[in-house]
Amino acid sequence: MRRLETRWGILMALPAILGFVIFTIGPMVASAFFSLTDWTIGGSPSFTGLDNYTTMVHDELFWKSLGTTTYYTLGAVPLVLIVSFAVAMLLNEKVRGLAVWRTIFYLPTLVPAIANVVLWIWIFNPDFGLLNSLLRQGGLPGSQWIYAESTAIPSLIIMSTWGFGNTMVIFLAGLQGVPRHLYEAVSIDGGGAWRRFWHVTLPMMTPTIFYNLVVGVVGTFQVFNQAYVMTEGGPNHATLFYVYYLFRKAFTESEMGYASALAWTLFMIIMVVTFLMFRNARRWVYYEMAGAR
Amino acid sequence: MTAVATPDKTARRGVAPTQGLRRPRRYGRILLYVALLAGSIPTLLPFVWLVRSALMQDAQMFVSPPQWLPSPFQWSNFSEALTTQPFGRYFLNTLVIAVISVLGTVLTCSVAAFSFSRLRWRGRNVVFALLLSGVMLPYAVTLIPTFVMWQQLDAIDTIAPLTVPSWFAGAGGGVFNIFLLRQFFLTIPFELDEAAYIDGASPWRVFWTIVMPLSKPAIIVVTIFTFIGTWNDFLGPLLYLQSEENYTLSLGLASFQSMYLTQWGYLMAASAAVIAPIIALFFFLQRYFIEGVTLTGIKN
Repeated sequence: MRRLETRWGILMALPAILGFVIFTIGPMVASAFFSLTDWTIGGSPSFTGLDNYTTMVHDELFWKSLGTTTYYTLGAVPLVLIVSFAVAMLLNEKVRGLAVWRTIFYLPTLVPAIANVVLWIWIFNPDFGLLNSLLRQGGLPGSQWIYAESTAIPSLIIMSTWGFGNTMVIFLAGLQGVPRHLYEAVSIDGGGAWRRFWHVTLPMMTPTIFYNLVVGVVGTFQVFNQAYVMTEGGPNHATLFYVYYLFRKAFTESEMGYASALAWTLFMIIMVVTFLMFRNARRWVYYEMAGAR
Repeated sequence: MTAVATPDKTARRGVAPTQGLRRPRRYGRILLYVALLAGSIPTLLPFVWLVRSALMQDAQMFVSPPQWLPSPFQWSNFSEALTTQPFGRYFLNTLVIAVISVLGTVLTCSVAAFSFSRLRWRGRNVVFALLLSGVMLPYAVTLIPTFVMWQQLDAIDTIAPLTVPSWFAGAGGGVFNIFLLRQFFLTIPFELDEAAYIDGASPWRVFWTIVMPLSKPAIIVVTIFTFIGTWNDFLGPLLYLQSEENYTLSLGLASFQSMYLTQWGYLMAASAAVIAPIIALFFFLQRYFIEGVTLTGIKN
């Protein structure tokens, strides 16, 4: 039985193991090697050591793309977290027709990325788009939205907030897991809604907030579609997102070596940021087991 | 499976200590619904805008102040938009890719999850941990070498790069599915397996006739998410598909958008047509959707 189990065990895990080797480890190693070469599609890679990385230091567009991506992430992630948390709080009050409300708020996340982008191009249209039409009707001046350097990123942040449904559902599940007796304890002590929120809900939700924060940051940092279809990185590189810049280097300018270096740098950045978030988490994330007194 | 506690009604009522709390509570309820309503307006408005634009004549769209009801209803936007490019073809292409990917992912991921949860073999946990670590890798890192590999294999402009990885447990993001299924498998009593082994069943038989039939909820969740993921994928088809007859819906819509930049009626009609199937799917499988998101979040 033992040997049979081992044989079957390995056999059944084999597709996954092979997939990991072929589609993750292999490309990862290859990419690390490519990042040390000068290489255009069709030619063969020639080893140049750390040249790509030193070029990067002086590459203005690299820094620009890092800046825009950071700006976007710093805006979009907290906004999505706050909005989805707030809506989840509302839905956690026993509302009537919970399924209907939940569906309404979840709906935008179902829109395929490209359809989403096409729809928002029209919403942002300065002449006849939804936003400017509404603003004008309210007697306010319109905006150039994605078509002006200063408003392009804030516009994309607004757009990203529309898709807060996934985060909200996770928050909602977390809220429903907060033990009732804790709320009762606060009420018995004469605490009101604010104390219940501050002393029970928020601390108990920190693991969920942390999860959504990490997933949000890692995902948002790899934003691509908006830049590719909506803005092409413009105006004046205002929306030159990191992965879009990488994509352009690799598949438009055919600088595969340099693009690989960009990819590895991105990997490094994400690792460092994630590590910092985890290290910082000890200070504010409450874990029932670890936090025992 | 989901760790969602249903709030206890009576316990909650018991909290209100005095009569005085009743009035603010009623105001609170009203305020709650006002807030929800206020939140759903900006959430739904883009959809309203989409549908109204999809059904409007251009002339009416460019009227200020904006009009909300199309008159007349320009149904021909749909027929025009969907026939200027072969969206039917794109639909089929997308469907083929999605179905092959779902089959591969579900099959290979559950087989692996079975191995990682219900069969004991040396090094099992190390291998599993290694696979899980791959989740952290940004897709940009594997993008270029994977592309080059498919190019060497002469597979560009075929569906192979978009479907074959799913038959290797989804590769990359697929690890997440293994994780999810494994968590579910662990909740099924092990006595069932043991009884079957005593009767001389093979591990495959146990997997196929005992564990799989009991894991329908988890399998449906993986199916839905893989389906949506493939259906909505843009970067993959953008990289690997070149000739128009192979385009997926996302790719078709993007190329349609770049060609009909200002034909908003057509663009919105095409977008609506791309969005509709997913929303329809959602309404049929709503329960599993929400459960799935919850599952993925909580189990972390």
